[in-house]
Amino acid sequence: MITTSGMALVVFVFATILMLVQGLQQTLVQTGFEDNLIVIRRASGSEVQSGIDRYQASIIETDSAVASGSDGERFLAKEMVVLITLPKKGHAGSSNVTLRGVTKKSLELRPQVKLVKGRMPNAGSTEIITGQSLVRRFDGVNIGESIRFGKRDWTVVGAFDAGSTGFNSEIWGDSDQLMQAFRRPVYSSVLFRLRDHDDFDAVKVRLESDPRLTVDIKREARYYEEQSEVMAKFLRILGISITVIFSLGAIIGAMITMYTSVANRIGEIGTLQALGFQRTSILGAFLVEALLLGLAGGITGLVFASLMRFVKISTVNFQTFSELEFGFALSFEIVCMVLAFALIMGFAGGVLPAIRASRMNIVDALRES
Amino acid sequence: MERKNPIVQIKHVSKSYRRGSQIVPVLNDITVDINEGEFLALMGPSGSGKSTLLNLIAGIDRVDSGSILVDGVEITGLVETELANWRANHVGFVFQFYNLIPVLTAFENVELPLLLTRLTRKERKKHVEIALAAVNLSHRLAHYPAQLSGGEQQRVAIARAVVTDPTILVADEPTGDLDRKSAEEIMDLMDGLNRELGKTIIMVTHDPRAAQKAYVIRHLDKGVLNDVHHQNSV
Repeated sequence: MITTSGMALVVFVFATILMLVQGLQQTLVQTGFEDNLIVIRRASGSEVQSGIDRYQASIIETDSAVASGSDGERFLAKEMVVLITLPKKGHAGSSNVTLRGVTKKSLELRPQVKLVKGRMPNAGSTEIITGQSLVRRFDGVNIGESIRFGKRDWTVVGAFDAGSTGFNSEIWGDSDQLMQAFRRPVYSSVLFRLRDHDDFDAVKVRLESDPRLTVDIKREARYYEEQSEVMAKFLRILGISITVIFSLGAIIGAMITMYTSVANRIGEIGTLQALGFQRTSILGAFLVEALLLGLAGGITGLVFASLMRFVKISTVNFQTFSELEFGFALSFEIVCMVLAFALIMGFAGGVLPAIRASRMNIVDALRES
Repeated sequence: MERKNPIVQIKHVSKSYRRGSQIVPVLNDITVDINEGEFLALMGPSGSGKSTLLNLIAGIDRVDSGSILVDGVEITGLVETELANWRANHVGFVFQFYNLIPVLTAFENVELPLLLTRLTRKERKKHVEIALAAVNLSHRLAHYPAQLSGGEQQRVAIARAVVTDPTILVADEPTGDLDRKSAEEIMDLMDGLNRELGKTIIMVTHDPRAAQKAYVIRHLDKGVLNDVHHQNSV
C-alpha cells in the first residue's frame, strides 16, 4: 500500500510536469494561426524586443503576398507591444502584463479571439479591452474601471476571450494612441494574412532579402511555438531531475516491499518448487507482481494527475517577460509514457527480489515454513 | 507374502551439510530398496538424517555421492528442470505443516499440481473432486485453509499429494502438528491409500502410533540405517 502510494506520488510528479510542458506548448502554439505571418526586426527573438518603423511597415503592407480583407483593405495589422506592471489580485506584488496596440484588423486576423463583453476601443481614444484570464488574476481591469499607465488613465470598455491562448493574458488598446503615450516611433510587429498558403517561402525570401528591411518573417504558429521552447526545456529538465530523484526512492520502496513479499512467502515458494513448478515460473510470478504494483501506482498517480487539468497556473515567460496563464494538458502520449515509466519502476524494484525467490533452495525454503 | 519389485533403489548414498567451516555428515553410505506398494516409516532421533533421506528420494535435495533410482529413472542424474518435471509427475508431498497456499481455496490448492499437466479445466475439476471426496472433504471445496481445522488442512494436503496419481507419496511428519484424533484420521487415510489403492508411501515420523500403521519401520541413527521391522502384513 505504502509502496503503491510512493510510486503514485512519483508518477504524479512525472505526469504533472509532462502535462505542464504540454499545456504550455499547447497554449502558445494555439496562440498562433497557421496562415498568419509575423514580421519582427531581425534577430530580435520576440515582439517586445522588436521594432519596425513606419516606412518598413508600409513596404510590407504593399507586398503582393498580403491577402485582402472582405472590405478590400489589406488583411494586415501593425501592432505595438510593451510591458506594463499591474498589481496582482490577492498578492502584495505586481507582475508584467503584455499591452498590445492593435488596429482594426487585429481582431479579424485572430479568429480565436472574441469580444465577450462591452465593445472594441474607439480609434483615437484612451480605451482598452482586457483578456479574460487577466481579469481573473489582476485588480482594476474590469469593464468600467480604469488603469494608469503611459501618463494617462485608460478605461476598460470590453473583455475578450481568447480561449487557452496567450492573448487571454493581454491588454489591447488603439495602436496609435499607445505609441504616442509610450513615445514610441516604431511598431513592434506587423501581422498579416497570407494570400496563398504556399506563398510562405517566396515571401520570406523576398522580404528578408529586401535591402530596405532588416526583418525576420515567421508563421505566427511557429513564432509562438518558439516562445515556449526555453521555458518548456527548463520545465522538462527540472521535472525530469525531480522525477529521477523521487523514482530512486520509489524503486527502493518497491524493492523493500518485494523482498518482504518474498520473505513472507518462502514456505510457499518452497512448496511450489517441491510440487514441480519451475524456477522460471516463480521468477515470472514475482515479476508480474512487481509490474502490477508499478501499474497500480501508475494508474493512481495518473488519476490524481488528471485532476490537475482543472488547475490553471500563471507564470512569467522568460522569453517574452510577460505573465502567461496556462493549464495542465493530458495527452495519449503522456499516458503511455507515464504508464511505461511506472512499469519500469516496478520492474526495477522487483527484479532482484524475484531472482532471489527463484534461486531459493527448496529444502531451506520448506524448513522456513 | 508375494515379493514385489523395488520401486525406489538407493545405492551407496552419502550426504553431508556444511555448517560454517564445518562439514557435518548426515547420511553415510545408505543402500536400501523400497518395494512397490510398501508403506515405510522412517524413524529415528532428531538429526539422524531421516528427513534428508526423504528429501533425496523426493528429488528436492542432491546427493553427494551414490545414486537413487525411482521406478527405473536415475533421479540423481537429472538436471534442475528435468527434476522439477519429474517431481510434478511422480511425487506427492505431505508436509508437517500442510504447506497449503493460504490465498487459494481447498479446491484450488488441490488443483495446483494439475496446472503442470496437460489436463483441460474440466478434467482438472473432475480429478480435484475425486481427490477431495477421497479425503471426505467434498463439502469444503470453497473454503480457505484458514477456515479449516488442522486435520482438515492435512486432508486437503493429502488430496493435493494424490491428485496427480504419483509414483510415490512422501510424508514428512504428517501427524506432527495434529491432535491425537486428527492424527489417527490422517493415518487411517494414509493406510487406506496404501492398502486400497496400492500407493507406495514413505513417511518420516517421530510418532510411534503413526508408525504402527506402516508395514515396514526402519530406524536411522547417525546416518546409518539400522533394523527392519515388518508388521501388518499387506
